[in-house]
Amino acid sequence: MSKRKGVYAAKVKRATHMLFYRKHQKPGVKGWELRKALGADYPKVLDVLDDYLKNLDLQVKTVFEEEKTPVQKPSLEELDKARFYVTLRGDLTPKESKMIGWRIDDLAGLAMTISYIISKRGQAPRKDVEDLLGEKLPDWKIGLNIDRYIRYGYLTQDDNAQLYLDWRTRAEVDQKTLIDMLLNVEAQQQSVSESMDEESDDKEAEPEKQEEP
Amino acid sequence: MQTAKDEKHGRERLQRIIEMCMAIETHAVDPFTLDVEDIIKVIKEYFPDWKKPEDLNLDAETIHHLASVIKLQSEWVKHRSTSLYADPFLLEEKITQTPKEDIMGIFLRSWHPIVELEQITLCSLAEALRYWETLVPISERWKEFAFNEVGAGTATRDELIKQRILSDKVFSEEMETFWQELKLKVANKGKDGKILYWDFIGGESYEETVERAFMTSFLITYGYATLEIRPLEEQIFIIPFEKPLSKIGTQQGVSIPISVTFDSWQKWKRGELD
Repeated sequence: MSKRKGVYAAKVKRATHMLFYRKHQKPGVKGWELRKALGADYPKVLDVLDDYLKNLDLQVKTVFEEEKTPVQKPSLEELDKARFYVTLRGDLTPKESKMIGWRIDDLAGLAMTISYIISKRGQAPRKDVEDLLGEKLPDWKIGLNIDRYIRYGYLTQDDNAQLYLDWRTRAEVDQKTLIDMLLNVEAQQQSVSESMDEESDDKEAEPEKQEEP
Repeated sequence: MQTAKDEKHGRERLQRIIEMCMAIETHAVDPFTLDVEDIIKVIKEYFPDWKKPEDLNLDAETIHHLASVIKLQSEWVKHRSTSLYADPFLLEEKITQTPKEDIMGIFLRSWHPIVELEQITLCSLAEALRYWETLVPISERWKEFAFNEVGAGTATRDELIKQRILSDKVFSEEMETFWQELKLKVANKGKDGKILYWDFIGGESYEETVERAFMTSFLITYGYATLEIRPLEEQIFIIPFEKPLSKIGTQQGVSIPISVTFDSWQKWKRGELD
């Protein structure tokens, strides 16, 4: 191994440790932290890591400050202010989503809430979201679920009980894809239902436990 | 020329416009429900006749809120032109019509959860063990404080004076003495019947200085002396009165904060504070 390759291998290792292990209250690492630990060529190191992660269906996700994703190649300053995470590259099947601790109701509630807030230009009164969720979820669950989404960092709430999308939604959810798919829901329904059918077979075999309020 | 009735009507109209704008600002109403041109006409109609400051204020406030609404309208247009825009009604309809299983399926296709590791390593275990070995037992770290139990007793006035809880003089007597000292100092060291604040309160120690500043504040509050402040020169003088003024409680007093810090005292000692 050449000296240069060796240096990069060490840097990729270091970047992996920093990105996978949580150092702060929130996961992810700021660009300037990576620069401090890996040097000015950290974007290149992240590219190499991203390439490695591709085979594992993972990716290095960059979330720019205030959602200002640069149109062209981001500047070093923009990268320094950005936050980097390792996220899943592909998508999860409903069965897999259960493995990471989400019940179908809770996840559907989160999906509805995020879509609704996006449609309202990033801000919606909590009461409206509660009414929306109330159409399909039991009353006792609505408040608990919204509080849970807030606690996890998907949503945030201000003093006027307005809900906004928070850092985790920005890091994990491809908002454009979500809205596009929701609007084309009729065309999709067929394929989604098919994948759900597979799940229901599993469900019959192993019924899901109901959470108590 | 507007009549009083017209003026009242004008004020009411502006007030209504402000309320409407505020409702839009709080996202309670669609920004495009407000016809900006019509509103500007109304504002223009009344503006030449406003004379009183409160009316001009109301006019400015209306313009300010109208500007906020225009900004919201512009943001709305910008958002509609982005690829993220989706008709909220259509989207709401879709959300309510679609079974939750399907919504979840759609969401899963756009959801890429963060991956994290929570794992202890051999290295961190070894480090933790080393720390444990060097950690002093809690019984040694948190030693109990030994104390003697003392029963409740009585204290004499002399003892309280000794502990500086009580003064050996009645406060009014003390103030009288202090006032005489001020007058004497002004006569000896002062000029034009006054003395620099720091030259009077400054003592041998910082504690003494603070005590003198404290007493001086009472001299001024109770009308034994007054302050002359020269903001440009940044100088404060104390002027003692020949007889105490009896204005306390009869007129509104003004509080003047004067900082007596350790640094200021040191500067005064070095003669750097004029």
